[in-house]
Amino acid sequence: MAAELFHRSIADLATELAAGTLSSVELTQAVIARTKAVEPRVQAFNSFDEADALAQAAAADARRAAGETRGALDGIPIGLKDVIAVEGQPLTASSKMLANFVSPYDATATVRLKKAGAVLWGRLNCDEFAMGSSNENSAFGPVANPWDLARVPGGSSGGSAAALAAGEAIATFGSDTGGSIRQPAALCGVVGLKPSYGLVSRYGLVAYASSLDQIGPMARTVEDAAILLGAVAGHDERDSTSLPKSVPDYRAELAARRGPWTLGIPKEYFGEGLDPEIGAAVERAIAFYRAQGCTIREVSLPHTRYCLDTYYIIATAEASSNLGRFDGVRYGHRSKAATDAVDLYFKSRAEGFGAEVKRRIMLGTYVLSSGYYDAFYLRAQKVRTLIRQDFLNAYQGVDALITPTSPIPAFKRGEKSDPLTMYLCDIYTIGVNLAGLPAISVPAGFTNSGLPIGVQLIGQPLEEANLLAIAHAYDRAHEWSSQHPGL
Amino acid sequence: MSAPQLNIDHIAKLARLELSAEEKATFSQQLGDVLHHIEQLSQVDVTGVEPMAHATPVFNVWQDDVARPGLAVEQALRNAPAQRDNMIVVPKVVE
Repeated sequence: MAAELFHRSIADLATELAAGTLSSVELTQAVIARTKAVEPRVQAFNSFDEADALAQAAAADARRAAGETRGALDGIPIGLKDVIAVEGQPLTASSKMLANFVSPYDATATVRLKKAGAVLWGRLNCDEFAMGSSNENSAFGPVANPWDLARVPGGSSGGSAAALAAGEAIATFGSDTGGSIRQPAALCGVVGLKPSYGLVSRYGLVAYASSLDQIGPMARTVEDAAILLGAVAGHDERDSTSLPKSVPDYRAELAARRGPWTLGIPKEYFGEGLDPEIGAAVERAIAFYRAQGCTIREVSLPHTRYCLDTYYIIATAEASSNLGRFDGVRYGHRSKAATDAVDLYFKSRAEGFGAEVKRRIMLGTYVLSSGYYDAFYLRAQKVRTLIRQDFLNAYQGVDALITPTSPIPAFKRGEKSDPLTMYLCDIYTIGVNLAGLPAISVPAGFTNSGLPIGVQLIGQPLEEANLLAIAHAYDRAHEWSSQHPGL
Repeated sequence: MSAPQLNIDHIAKLARLELSAEEKATFSQQLGDVLHHIEQLSQVDVTGVEPMAHATPVFNVWQDDVARPGLAVEQALRNAPAQRDNMIVVPKVVE
């Protein structure tokens, strides 16, 4: 039996749209109906605009009827994390601070998705200002994991992962600063790609930690992720860290690159704290690649144990600076209790930010403060150099590294109340951001209790085409995404 | 990097955050734990290592100084908490 429309892949739906056996309006209506049916239980969206989505879908159908179709994404409903700006739509970053903010402009990624004909559907819930690993830090309430509603979907792009797994969008976009695309993708059983730093423009992305943030796709298949990356990647003069480099046709490259490849196993990623069922699933993925003729080699990333500390210094330092703009003056929440101009800053920020955001602003302010800058911030930037060097050394003769994405499967809401314990969810993902590398989480089966498992592949800098081809080889041979949560 | 001392009032002032007594107590303990963990960075030998600000080999990106269309005033002020005569209204700064 064919899967429901809302559970199918972009590649599959695009074929039907092109053949005229399906219209974008029909598809969008199916996604809207599904969203209305499951959203009371999943709560993946901060808001959605049904009429706006149907108008976009009708425009896609009209283009197609006039022979002016824009390719595989034309007419496909795609959800965006509520940190990516869409002109005229709310942009809240799941914060009380921006509860009433309406974006006056489009992010570059948004402009490019519109140009590709995508039907932009909804503002997806996330941890406040993308800070968190469980989506419990949203000012608008937590998101449920569609596979077990008592459990978290991961974070910070939890709404993006949950909406996709639940069939409330055909694909979504998230942002990844320390694992915020890959970890929720793993916990919800979908594909999540964090591109190389500089490949996708950050213009119009609500800033958390600017030297680490990247926008990236979440999808049902690696092929879909390749299509989505191709739509948003490439140089943008509005982001000074955007790389002035042409990008290949990632989808076409999937077929062109067939291996065999050499994969590295970083021994530091298989130690204490790794759930045995996840470890076994990664071992099975490694065995698959070996059976395909790939060479498997153990490598070492000796500074791995310092990644978490380096990340929390650099990310919070940048966050404390970036979030300085929220002062209650020009936009965002303004306190009504303030007695003077300076008090306005203190009270607006106290009322507008949630606990995790305040903690990170405090930590970042501390590590940048007089007397501590050299010991913390400058030292972390030097260790960051060593962490990147570890990866470059490991890539000698190696195409990609294979690791778990998350050390544990989806956990119960409220289970991790201590910040440090929560931060440990990101131990396998943060090194990638510090080093600026591309990495993808691909579904790799389920635990005995039915929770999704993700395997992470980490590519060489800007070698997304190779990384996607390697991931695609596993993905198309297993098709884990053909299984859906029983909602 | 010896046992870090975090003066919560000083840091909150630098961060322009008004914290409740409860928040101060909770954050002091939680940030103390995090700083204790972070202390292990002092074990890394960073002699002669260059600091890295970000991972892209792109520096000093220049653009021609050409005026381009921007947001109209109404659009730019649309999200202002209080406005009058195309300006943002704020509490009195100077007596």
